[in-house]
Amino acid sequence: MRVALFLTCVNDTLYPDTGRAVVKLLTRLGVEVDFPMAQTCCGQAHYNTGYRHQAEPLARHFSDVFGSDAYDAIVTPSGSCGAMVRELYPRMGERARAEGRGGGLARKLAPVVPKTYELSEFLVDVLGVTDVGAYYPHKVTYHPTCHGLRPLALGERPTRLLRAVRGLELVELPGAEECCGFGGTFALKNPDVSAAMGMDKVRHAESTGAEVLCAADNSCLMHIGGTMARLRSGVRPVHLAEILASTEEETLS
Amino acid sequence: MSGGTFVGMPAFPEAAHAAVGDRTLRANLRHATHTIRDKRAKAVAELADWAELREAGKRIKDHTLRHLDRYLVQLEESVVRAGGTVHWAVDADEANRIVADLVKATGEREVVKVKSMATQEIGLNEALEAEGIHAYETDLAELIVQLGEDRPSHILVPAIHRNRGEIRDIFREKMGSWGRPAPEGLTDVPAELAEAARLHLREKFLRAKVGVSGANFMVAETGTLVVVESEGNGRMCLTLPETLISVVGIEKVVPAWRDLEVFLQTLPRSSTAERMNPYTSMWTGTTDQDGPSAFHLVLLDNGRTDTLADEVGRQALRCIRCSACLNVCPVYERAGGHAYGSVYPGPIGAILSPQLRGTRSEIDASLPYASSLCGACYEVCPVAIDIPEVLVHLRERVVQGGEVTRRGVKVTLKPAKGHAAERAAMRAAGLAFARPGVLRLGQRLASRTRRLHPRTLPGPGRAWSATRDLPKVPAEPFRDWWQRTHGTATEGDGE
Amino acid sequence: MSGRDRILGRVRRALADVADDGTPYERVVDRGYLRQHGERTAGQTVDLLAENLADYRALVHRCAEGELPHLLARLLAERGSRRVLVPPGLPPHWLTAAALPLVHDRAASTPRELDEVDSVVTGCAVAVAETGTLVLDGSPDQGRRRITLVPDHHICVVRVPGQVVSSVPQALERLAPARPLTWISGPSATSDIELDRVEGVHGPRTLEVVLVSGG
Repeated sequence: MRVALFLTCVNDTLYPDTGRAVVKLLTRLGVEVDFPMAQTCCGQAHYNTGYRHQAEPLARHFSDVFGSDAYDAIVTPSGSCGAMVRELYPRMGERARAEGRGGGLARKLAPVVPKTYELSEFLVDVLGVTDVGAYYPHKVTYHPTCHGLRPLALGERPTRLLRAVRGLELVELPGAEECCGFGGTFALKNPDVSAAMGMDKVRHAESTGAEVLCAADNSCLMHIGGTMARLRSGVRPVHLAEILASTEEETLS
Repeated sequence: MSGGTFVGMPAFPEAAHAAVGDRTLRANLRHATHTIRDKRAKAVAELADWAELREAGKRIKDHTLRHLDRYLVQLEESVVRAGGTVHWAVDADEANRIVADLVKATGEREVVKVKSMATQEIGLNEALEAEGIHAYETDLAELIVQLGEDRPSHILVPAIHRNRGEIRDIFREKMGSWGRPAPEGLTDVPAELAEAARLHLREKFLRAKVGVSGANFMVAETGTLVVVESEGNGRMCLTLPETLISVVGIEKVVPAWRDLEVFLQTLPRSSTAERMNPYTSMWTGTTDQDGPSAFHLVLLDNGRTDTLADEVGRQALRCIRCSACLNVCPVYERAGGHAYGSVYPGPIGAILSPQLRGTRSEIDASLPYASSLCGACYEVCPVAIDIPEVLVHLRERVVQGGEVTRRGVKVTLKPAKGHAAERAAMRAAGLAFARPGVLRLGQRLASRTRRLHPRTLPGPGRAWSATRDLPKVPAEPFRDWWQRTHGTATEGDGE
Repeated sequence: MSGRDRILGRVRRALADVADDGTPYERVVDRGYLRQHGERTAGQTVDLLAENLADYRALVHRCAEGELPHLLARLLAERGSRRVLVPPGLPPHWLTAAALPLVHDRAASTPRELDEVDSVVTGCAVAVAETGTLVLDGSPDQGRRRITLVPDHHICVVRVPGQVVSSVPQALERLAPARPLTWISGPSATSDIELDRVEGVHGPRTLEVVLVSGG
């Protein structure tokens, strides 16, 4: 099995540890991982802010980079970028057609759509594993980020994976399904509401007594973690991939 | 907050700023929305076929909208055959004039009103007042809003921003100047507050000669109108007066009697989380010796046909005004309904107001951004309106402009002002992302200068850093590590 | 141009981009949803009706046909009713045991007069078990809509199992759209204070339902 790691621009630039964790985890599970160096951004921020037409070249570029038959799957440690490819690329194609620009974009994007998996989907659905041999001796609570929860419907996959991690105590997060308030440019355009949502999320995390708040999206964790740092919270944000990559031999602190 | 008008509202972020800082308001909204959220989930879970009902509701509405002209004509024929009169109003002014003239023709100077979003939307009460006609709101929440000279902040429960203590104070202070005063020693026990409203309004019901309502559904095939309510004020207004005037948006028509079997199951469970609301009234024209002897139906456009012309946005016309999307929305919960600057607040308001009114005003141009796109609204919508999809579509309209229909005429909108810097940034980012080499250069620059980065930002960056630390920039981006550890450049490096 | 022509014209222009695939209405909507939720015997359906009525604070009583006059007399006495309003076609024997002056509804009765009575007794058209709903259709044993609205106490007699259906779809099948219909699910209530349900606003604050069998 050969997969292309679609790391996302945010992870590449700000969270390389998450990328390294995915590589370590998948390699440990016998998967051959490649990181196509030409990858940049899926276009989600453009699309969701209203710049659909400017997102189109980025989507085409994505298809050029990841569309190769050499990959059995495209794996990403991000629910929202995964949802961008799976849910919104087909919609971009349809809209282009409705605008009288033909089916070219739809055809161009079609190959990458069904092959793209968020990490927990890839592990549970494609590899068929829930116990990935991880060890992480901490009390953890899990926040299902919105695009993983709704468009991708990840459901129990991430928590099944976490429950199988040795040493890990999983505690339920109150109001788990409520958005953390990041929402991409929403965090900047509506900073007061965004911050209020973030603070409520942090308070809920603190109420669990967990040391770690885990999620499958670093952009949400950037917002939640930034809020935690400002509030000097005792909880810290950790990406799901980093917990799953942690083992007894090489334990993530 | 006074004056009951939404005209000249500031953009959503500024209005929300004040709401977020209002602790009483935050607590009231949190309490009310969380109460109803859990109940709705239980009521919906009782029906094993919820997904099928939701899909059927969507299809019925889509089909009706596709043939709206045909069904409106059929509805008109059915209503007239049953003894009613049908009027057509292109906009709010026309509708208000029609209603005022009908009231004047009866010789009456006051009307009792059933809660109706359409009449709120067109500002009917104010228009009637200007003609010397007094309109009494009879829904409990509308009464609270009217007595408090307040604005509605929720579709179903317009006074949701008020807690029981505030309601008691409004009743004590204001009821006397509108009619029967609040009972001596009124407390904030909800049952007592309801009793006070009963006593205050009964006098008005018993003498009313003209009732004004909206409708939840109109059946084209039979000419039947349906009003779904809880308190009985609707029944009072629909049956005691001699003249009934119903102002209804054209999108409220459904083709057949049978279609009600879908919506009478999905609406109550979605709105008040009940298996069935206490009272539903259905009437077809007039009935001898039972109810009003004159029935007028005013069919209202007021931006609906413009909305219908937008192939992505038209799905908003499926809305049955249940409020489920407001109750689950984390933004609504914190910003409150007033911040949306419209009688339609919350997620549905954020897609409906900019379509009904256009995106020219500051508030309407800001509404499509009043969402984190979390998708909770779409999940609960009983007619499956993909609200996030329409929000993003309207964002596009704001920043890119394009062809839209306004007042029945196709016009080309210019991109909205105030997005120039963002547009430039998006373009720059687009260019950088088109070339991995440029992205890499930027990443390396950021890494090399990382010790100099502050944890907070000046200027526009304060929007982030006022409440959140910035992430630390790593020593090297992932791609450099990969290059270092996994050898030679992979195919398609692009440099 | 009339408002009517302008609106219809705008609708037609707005839809110019949408192809009409010609599918007739009957085939557009997949009615794959359930006609009723769950399988029940007639007796179980009546039990469910009683349960759901009670859940929304209606007071439910059950009796055999022969016991009805005495039950109604007892309920009215317990309420302390002195004036009882009746629709024109109420079966006369229902209230033979109640030693009370009956107020017969007349077309000329004003809302104020109706406000003076203590109770109203009616039949119903159909009752819906799944939702705990009674539907009145203005038949002679139910009367005008206002008589079950203005008085504060409503006793509604339901013949079981004949008048009981399981679901909303089944109820609609039995009803005639041209009649004025009132669907009643429990006494008048509101959710307007903090989105929590409180009983007792403008309609009857006490709703009593008599499920009478063997009729």
